[in-house]
Amino acid sequence: MNRKRISLRQELPLLVWLVIVWGALWQNFSPGNLLFGALIAVVVARLFYLPPVELGGRFNLLRAVPFALLFVAKVVTASFQVLYLALARGPQVISAVVAVPLRSHSDLLVTATGHVTALIPGSLVVEVDRSTSTLYIHGINVRNADDAARLRKDVRDTEAGLIRIMGTQAELSALNQEAGS
Amino acid sequence: MNPETFSADTVIDAVSAVFMVVGALMSLAAAVGLLRFPDLMTRMHAATKPQVLGLFLLLFALGLQMRSWWVWPVLGVAWIFQLLTVPVSAHMVGRAGYRTKHLHPELLSTDELEAVVQQAAGKRGFGDDDAATDRR
Repeated sequence: MNRKRISLRQELPLLVWLVIVWGALWQNFSPGNLLFGALIAVVVARLFYLPPVELGGRFNLLRAVPFALLFVAKVVTASFQVLYLALARGPQVISAVVAVPLRSHSDLLVTATGHVTALIPGSLVVEVDRSTSTLYIHGINVRNADDAARLRKDVRDTEAGLIRIMGTQAELSALNQEAGS
Repeated sequence: MNPETFSADTVIDAVSAVFMVVGALMSLAAAVGLLRFPDLMTRMHAATKPQVLGLFLLLFALGLQMRSWWVWPVLGVAWIFQLLTVPVSAHMVGRAGYRTKHLHPELLSTDELEAVVQQAAGKRGFGDDDAATDRR
C-alpha cells in the first residue's frame, strides 16, 4: 500500500486536536505535558496511519462562530421538538425518507453535513450514497410534500453554511454563483 | 445575607440547578420517546437529540459546580466526542433497521430510498427475496 503522504500543514489540525485531548485528559496544560503530548500525537499519527482527511484548505472563523451558536440553538429546539412529539403524537407520528443531493463531493463536507443534520430538528441520516453524494434522510413529522421540501432545503442550507466555513475555494465560488443567480 | 456571596455563589448554584433539572428532563424525553414512538427510526430520533442536549446541560452544570478551570477542557472533549459518535451510531442503527425492514411503511409519507435499494439489490444479486425473484 503506497499512500500519498500528506504535508505537515494538512496534518497539523489533527495533531493539535490530539494534543488538546491529551492535555484535557490529564487536566494539565503545562508546557512540558503539552510537549510530551505532541510527541505522542506525532508517534500515533505515524503508527496508526489513517487515510488523510482532505481539508478544504481554508477555515472561516467569522462564519464558524455564528454557525456553532445556531447549531446549539437548533439542538435545543430539536430536543424540545422530540419531547413534544413524544408526548403529543407518540405512535401516530408520520415521517418520511427523503433523498437530498448535496453540492459537495468531499468526504469531509458530506460527513460534516450528515453529522449536523442528525443533530438538528427532525432529521436523521439513514443512508449515504458516496458516488453521487446524496444523503437519504429520515425526517420525523414530515407529513406531506411541503414538509419534505422544507427538510431538503434545510439540509442544503446546512451544507451551504459548512461550505462557507471550510469548503474549498471552488465549492465556495460555485455556491456564490448559485446564490447570485 | 452577605451581598457578595449572594451575587456569585447563588447565581452559579441557580444556573447549575436549572441546567441539571432540564438536563434530567431531556433524558426523560429520550426515555418517553423510546416508549412512545412507533418504529426504530423515530426511536433513534428520541435517542440522539435530547441525549446530546441533556449531556451538555449536565456537563455544564458539573463544570459550574467544580469551580475549577481545569475541568472545562475535559467536559468539552467529552461533549465533542458525544457529538461525533452519536450521529454515527444513529446512522448505523438506522441503516441496519431500514435494510432489515424494521419500519412501518404506512407511517412514511414518502420513501425515496426504497426504489434505490431495490435497484441496488437487484443489480448486485443479494438482498431481499423480491429483488432475487425479479432477477430470476
